[in-house]
Amino acid sequence: MSGLLAVSTPYTVPAGLMDVLQAVLLVLVAAGATAVVLTRSPLRQVMVLSAYGLILALLFLAFQAPDVTLSELTVGSVLLPALLLLTLGRIRRREK
Amino acid sequence: MTGRQRLWIFVAGAAGLVAFLLWGLAGLPAFGHYPGPYGDIINRVAVAQTNATGVVSAVNFEYRGFDTLGEEFILFAAAAGIATVLRRLRGEHVITTRRAALDRVAPPASDTLRTAALAATGPVIVLGWFLATHAQTSPSGGFQGGVLLTTAFVLIFLAGQVLLFGRASPADLTDVAGAIGAGGFVAVGVTAMIMGLPYLSNFLPLGGMPGAVTSSGTIALISFLVGLEVAAAFLLIVTELTEQALLVREDGR
Amino acid sequence: MGFLPFVVVAWVLVVGLYGIVTSRHLMHQIVCLIVVQSSTYVLLLAVGYRTGAVAPYFSDVPVHTPAVDPVVQALSLTDVVVEAAVTALLLAFAVQAHKRFGTLDPHELVQFKG
Repeated sequence: MSGLLAVSTPYTVPAGLMDVLQAVLLVLVAAGATAVVLTRSPLRQVMVLSAYGLILALLFLAFQAPDVTLSELTVGSVLLPALLLLTLGRIRRREK
Repeated sequence: MTGRQRLWIFVAGAAGLVAFLLWGLAGLPAFGHYPGPYGDIINRVAVAQTNATGVVSAVNFEYRGFDTLGEEFILFAAAAGIATVLRRLRGEHVITTRRAALDRVAPPASDTLRTAALAATGPVIVLGWFLATHAQTSPSGGFQGGVLLTTAFVLIFLAGQVLLFGRASPADLTDVAGAIGAGGFVAVGVTAMIMGLPYLSNFLPLGGMPGAVTSSGTIALISFLVGLEVAAAFLLIVTELTEQALLVREDGR
Repeated sequence: MGFLPFVVVAWVLVVGLYGIVTSRHLMHQIVCLIVVQSSTYVLLLAVGYRTGAVAPYFSDVPVHTPAVDPVVQALSLTDVVVEAAVTALLLAFAVQAHKRFGTLDPHELVQFKG
């Protein structure tokens, strides 16, 4: 099967380095989740959620899951904040 | 019951939950030592059996296609639920002309935002289409492609053209696209049954070379249909919320 | 490193639950629910990971290269997209609740019965 394509085996990260990367990203995810929960203002929380989605996507990439990374990037960093901001706009408008 | 009492009850409950959770997680194989045979078997046979080099998409649309059908219908039902919940209530009306909408105008979008959003719309559509149609070759698939296609429409909205956005995604077209996507997936399964195979078997020719765009039979077709349905469902959701935010008024205002 | 992913999963779950319990705004609660859901994605992917393995895509590596589990990735992938739609349904409920009751404080919303 591999002879059909003229691409050689790509560079892989040394196992020790990947462990460090995953550990760092896991700690960042825990910190990011705490930051999202502790941000009380809904508007600010949406921005923190968008950043949290990005860190989560990087973690999924370090776990060798590029498909899940794509999903999480589009959904967690773009679409969900857009839906949340639309709802916030609706609510704020009525409070005026 | 005051807030502090509620908090203490939560702390007690959470302590128990964490204890059981960590106890259960400690019983799993150590991180990095995945033992299970199922993943290895699929990795080994998927390319030979389906001619798809993207094994995750092969799992999604072939080996576990029935689960994906269920998940897609969760999406469909959620979008329909939102359309129902946000239906026009008694005492509200939707404005459709530009002049009537001017009383709640957003701050004008800056030129940078407008240019960047409009310039990015084309590439995003192309990328979303690529992802939805290349499920079997590389990290891609109907779900991501569909969400990206919706994001392209959100970019049009960001560029400040709300009513144009309403015309660019007319409800009829969105409904038709969603129906084609969801119904198409079911139809692919039923077609397999008509041919005497079990439901959702892969009956189209598998193609010559693994990883080519036309290879892997029904996987590519199902992925495209799923992408269509996901894009339509999310577009419906975004349209409903946008309409609520900007176009729905109570009568008498 | 062996147990760190699971500790992070438990932490994110409990922090999200704490946010839901102590929240005073329905939108804040919904975002904390998103955080709780994200802990399950991390758990799924951590279970399927194998040290030194590559992603399960064989267009550029030979088929017998050790790869991570593709089944949990397929589960997480559909999970992420579908939960976003269900969250949107929750948002629609929040919009209607605000229209009817004028407030989004869960402590005040509880008092409206029937």
